[in-house]
Amino acid sequence: MSINTFFQHLSNGLALGSLYALIAIGYTMVYGILRLINFAHGEIFMISTYVVFYGVSMFYLPWWVSILVAILITGLLGIIVERAAYRPLRNSPRISVMISAIGASYLIQNLAIVIFGGRPKSFPIPDYFNTVIQVQGVSVPIVNFFIPVITLVALVVLIYIVEKTKTGMAMRAVSRDYETARLMGISVDNIVSITFGLGSMMAAIGGVMWGLKYPNLIPLIGTMPGLKAFIAAVIGGIGNIKGAVLGGFLLGMTEIMIIASLPDVTGYRDAFAFILLIGILIYKPSGLLGQDIGEKV
Amino acid sequence: MITISDLHVYYGGIHAIRGVSLAVSKGQIVSLIGANGAGKSTTLRSIMTLEKPREGRILYKDKDITLTRTTDLVKDGLVLVPEGRHVFTNLTVEENLILGAYLRKNAQAIAEDMAWVYQLFPRLKERSRQRAGTMSGGEQQMLAVGRALMSSPELLLMDEPSLGLAPLIVKDIFEIIKKINEKGVTILLIEQNAKVALEISDYAYVMETGNIVLEGKGRDLLKDENVKKAYLGA
Ligand SMILES: Nc1ncnc2c1ncn2[C@@H]1O[C@H](COP(=O)(O)OP(=O)(O)OP(=O)(O)O)[C@@H](O)[C@H]1O
Ligand SMILES: [Mg+2]
Repeated sequence: MSINTFFQHLSNGLALGSLYALIAIGYTMVYGILRLINFAHGEIFMISTYVVFYGVSMFYLPWWVSILVAILITGLLGIIVERAAYRPLRNSPRISVMISAIGASYLIQNLAIVIFGGRPKSFPIPDYFNTVIQVQGVSVPIVNFFIPVITLVALVVLIYIVEKTKTGMAMRAVSRDYETARLMGISVDNIVSITFGLGSMMAAIGGVMWGLKYPNLIPLIGTMPGLKAFIAAVIGGIGNIKGAVLGGFLLGMTEIMIIASLPDVTGYRDAFAFILLIGILIYKPSGLLGQDIGEKV
Repeated sequence: MITISDLHVYYGGIHAIRGVSLAVSKGQIVSLIGANGAGKSTTLRSIMTLEKPREGRILYKDKDITLTRTTDLVKDGLVLVPEGRHVFTNLTVEENLILGAYLRKNAQAIAEDMAWVYQLFPRLKERSRQRAGTMSGGEQQMLAVGRALMSSPELLLMDEPSLGLAPLIVKDIFEIIKKINEKGVTILLIEQNAKVALEISDYAYVMETGNIVLEGKGRDLLKDENVKKAYLGA
C-alpha cells in the first residue's frame, strides 16, 4: 500500500467511523436511560435519508431545508416510537420491551417498503459534494472532509447539552435513579422523550451524510449500519457517549483498513465487526470505556 | 400544614399502613419514631405519592394531594430527603445541588440558597467539583439534605437524616435541622435517635406495625414510661 492510498483509506475510515459514531450515540443514550436496546434505531436512521429524498424530489425544497426537516422529523419519529412501543411497557419484563422493539423495527421497515417502494432511489447530492480535491497528490472526495467536521460539531453540541445544561444533568440523574429524579421535580417521561429525540436527531445527521457518501437508497439501508453502530456502542461501553464515539471510529477504521489491506476478504467485511466485538468483550466485558455496573445498589 | 387521615397502604398483600392519622402545623418540628418496619418510611413516601394509598386522605395546604404528581408537590414546596441518601453518585456535588433547584427559575434566589447550603455544610463546598459517589456516607447524607434545601421546601420530610453518621456529626445534623426550622421551614422527621429527636420536636408520633400508638409533645414523650423502655433504652 503506497502512502497515497493509505491516506485515501484513512479518510474513508474516518468518514465511515463518523457515521457509525453518530448512529451509535442513539443506542447508547437510550440504553443509559432505559436499559433498553432500541432495535428500531437503524430504521429511524433510514427514514431520515428518505425524508431528504422526498423533500428535494417531491416538495422541491432547497437541499439544506430538506436536511433540517429530515433532522426534525427523525427526532420526532424517535419520540413517537418511544411513546407507542416502549412507554406502555415501562414496567413490563424486559423481554416484552425487547420484542416490542423488534416489532417496531420491522413495522417501520415494512411500512417503508410499502410507502417508498422497494426499488432503489438516488439520494440527491449537490454538485459541490461530488468534487474531489487533491491534497499533496492524494485525491480525496470532499465529503470525506465534510463528514468528520460536521460529526465533530454535532458531538460537541451534544456533549455540551449532556454535561453542562440542566436538562443534561437531569438526563444523567434519570439514568441513575428514576425515583429520586422525580423527588427533584424532574419529569422522567419528558427526559426520556428528549433522549430519544436527541439520539434520533444524531442518527439523522448521520443519515444525511450517509446518503452523500452512499447515495443508493433502499428501505433496508438502515439494517447493517444500525447493527454495526450497535456493535460500536457495545465495544465502547454501552451507556457511555464518548465510548460510542470511540467504538464507532474504531469500527469504521478497522473495517476500511482490513478491506484495503486484504482485498480478497472484502466479501466478509460485515464479519469483522463481530470478530472485533467478540475480541473486545473477551478482553473487557463492559466495553472500552464502560464502567462495571456494580455501583448501583 | 399537612393532615393525614385514616391512611391505609398495601404492598401487594402486606398491609403496611393501617389507618394512620397525623397532622403537622406550620413552623413546627414533628417527629415520627418507631421500630424497624413500623411503616414510617411508607408514610412519608405516600405523602410524596411514591406509594398509592388504598384508603385515606392527605391534605397539604388545605388541598387533597392523594393523586397529585410528585413533580407538582415539589413545586408546591413539599420535599423529601429519602431514606438512604440516594444522591446521584454519577454527578458532582454541585450538580446534585443544582438539580435540587430543578423547577426553580429565580437565579438569584437559587444562588442565595446555594450559598446557605455551603455555609451549613462547608464540607460540600470543599468538594463541590467531586463526584458524589466518591464522597463518604456521611458526606453523602449532608448532600442529600443540602439538595433538598435547594428545592426551597415549605414542608421538609426527612427520613433518617442521621443514618450512618458519627455521633459528633449527629449532633451537628440536629443543630442544622433546628436552623432550617428557624428559617421558617416546617419539618416532619423520622429518626432512630429517638431521644435527640424528641428533644427538638414540638410534637411527636410513635408508630408500631402500621399504627400510631402514641402521640404528644416531644418533652412529654421523653418522660413517658413506655417510650423510655422501648425507644430510649432506659
Ligand atoms: N417495596 C416494598 N415491598 C413490600 N413490602 C415493603 C416494601 N417497602 C416496605 N415494605 C414493608 O412495609 C413495612 C413498613 O416498611 P417501612 O419501610 O415503611 O418501615 P420503616 O418504619 O421505615 O422501617 P425502618 O425503620 O427500618 O426504616 C415493612 O414491613 C416492610 O417490610
Ligand atoms: Mg424507613
